[in-house]
Amino acid sequence: MTVTAASLETHHAVRRGVWMDKAFKWLTGFFAVLVLASVLGVLVALWHGAEPALHRFGLGFLVSSEWNPVTEEFGALVAIVGTLVTSAIALLLALPLSFGIALFITELAPVWLKRPVGTAIELLAAVPSIIYGMWGLFVLAPLLADHVQPWMNDQLGELAVIGPLFQGPPMGVGMLTAGIILAIMVLPFITAVMRDVFELVPAVLRESAFGVGATTWEVVWNVVLPYAKSGVIGGIMLGLGRALGETMAVTFVIGNAHHLHASLLMPGSTISSVLANEFTEAVGTLYTSSLLALGLILFLITFIVLALARLLLMRLERGEGKSH
Amino acid sequence: MLRKSMAGAWAGIVLAATSVSAIAAVAEISGAGATFPYPVYAKWAESYAKNTGIHVNYQSIGSGGGIKQINAKTVDFGASDAPLKAKDLDAHGLLQFPTVMGGVVPVVNLPGIKAGELKLSGEALANIYLGQIKRWNDPAIAKLNPGVELPSKAITVVHRADGSGTTWIFTNYLSKVSPTWASKVGNEKAVSWPAGVGGKGNEGVASYANRIKGAIGYVEYAYALQNKMTYVLLENKAGKFVAPTSEAFQAAAANADWAQAPGFYMVLTDQPGDDSWPITGATFILVYKKQDHPETGAAVLKFFAWAYANGDSMAQKLDYVPMPDSVVKLVEQTWANEIKDAQGKPVWQAD
Repeated sequence: MTVTAASLETHHAVRRGVWMDKAFKWLTGFFAVLVLASVLGVLVALWHGAEPALHRFGLGFLVSSEWNPVTEEFGALVAIVGTLVTSAIALLLALPLSFGIALFITELAPVWLKRPVGTAIELLAAVPSIIYGMWGLFVLAPLLADHVQPWMNDQLGELAVIGPLFQGPPMGVGMLTAGIILAIMVLPFITAVMRDVFELVPAVLRESAFGVGATTWEVVWNVVLPYAKSGVIGGIMLGLGRALGETMAVTFVIGNAHHLHASLLMPGSTISSVLANEFTEAVGTLYTSSLLALGLILFLITFIVLALARLLLMRLERGEGKSH
Repeated sequence: MLRKSMAGAWAGIVLAATSVSAIAAVAEISGAGATFPYPVYAKWAESYAKNTGIHVNYQSIGSGGGIKQINAKTVDFGASDAPLKAKDLDAHGLLQFPTVMGGVVPVVNLPGIKAGELKLSGEALANIYLGQIKRWNDPAIAKLNPGVELPSKAITVVHRADGSGTTWIFTNYLSKVSPTWASKVGNEKAVSWPAGVGGKGNEGVASYANRIKGAIGYVEYAYALQNKMTYVLLENKAGKFVAPTSEAFQAAAANADWAQAPGFYMVLTDQPGDDSWPITGATFILVYKKQDHPETGAAVLKFFAWAYANGDSMAQKLDYVPMPDSVVKLVEQTWANEIKDAQGKPVWQAD
């Protein structure tokens, strides 16, 4: 058999192709590993930095509400509670709103309105967080202080169980304000994801439900939502992730105090607001290290939230398999 | 580039009245630290570069960062709002000297009360910040303000949320006038506040104080002045009520006994004198006593000597208070006596 020039060329081309494929695989694999490595690197660096504080305070760091740079006594409880409470308020407010907006856009809005509303929501996501912070401090806080919080004091403050949540001087800044700002910030993320997954529901499912005489609400509740639930949960987790880590906007409106209060109207602090406030001027190993330990805790909280979301999704998918 | 820097160095020699013998071509010196004096350092640096061609690169990364950087020798000078204690200076072989002063001013937001109308004593201020005086019509405040109609509004205390030299000076004053404050809270750049809300930076405190009715906060003098905030009159050590003015800060500095302060560890709070504003503080520069690069060390000192001689009006325009001449003399004397090169030769010669 003689090797012609043409077939030699093909041979080369094939070999080059194989080699390119391999190189491509390695290159992209390297990128992927890079992500894993940097996550691990951050974790190791945080752990290393947090060591002196964790060594000194032990697990007590998690449950101590002390934060005293003078005596160098530090505890993370106030910041952890602040982080969780503000994020919870944010989700509580943003969830029904996002659900409603996404529903309206996909199911109910006239065609000419879908675009502008959808774009407006996406624009909200593009607003820098410091703008939300300034708006919160200069517009929302005085509004709450003058009109909403006095009403809360009078009407809700007297109630039996939830009363203590709404007592305290109407300052306008505090945990509640931070939660409201966060709600506005996570709203576009949750809404956008919900809208996208609602739109993925096959038209034939919807139409057949309408065909058997279901109302819009019944279609949404019994057809659209079950079909889209894993996507919806993904959207919620995306929003929660953002709320947990948000820094600038929260720092503006939360009031930055290291005290635990029952009331949502009182000032508090979150992990990221403490870091933003105090890192530049923290002198001494223990102070700096305690701040890094806070960072490590935030990292772990975010990790746990994401893991729980995965778990929930997996259980949902198993459930789906059974029902069919 | 080289020619330009040489020209700059020559211009420096010609212009500087207090010229040093060994001037090499140091075209750039760098410093880092306190944020409070940044505007005036930047102004001085700009004007100095125009006059001498020598560039001063100052990064306002915070006092804590400034101290870390000078300890790591990554900058030629550090800057701190709070003075370092003599033993900390000795441990690192550092020398510190004050450059400009400022004051801390309590401001209030009380409907019907104008700037300079409300009088407070140090003890009352401490008790407010301790959360013990809760309402504006408390007898302790009313006693100091006969004839002023005080509302029964709740007091909202506003403090700094970030660590800052302003807080250091403020808590230093409260610790001096209130034993309870000294034992319960103490004196630091960030403390465990017994009450209130925290704002980030002077502007954070100011905006909380402006928004919340019945609030009291504390800000830098320059900040209070530029934003026309409602300042209070404070009772000083001599028992007189004084307003925060540039003269009142200088009075506090002039009445202080600098010569007896080792390492210029001088906090100007609660100083004697009828006109002294009680919460005054200076900001400080840190340099090494033993200079590995004497030319650079000399260039740093030359810059500050130039600023002492020519920078007063620039400082005043930015609402800082220049150091009194007597203190400047003392500082330059200390440079001559204590800053040496590797061979022990003085880097600086006083005139």
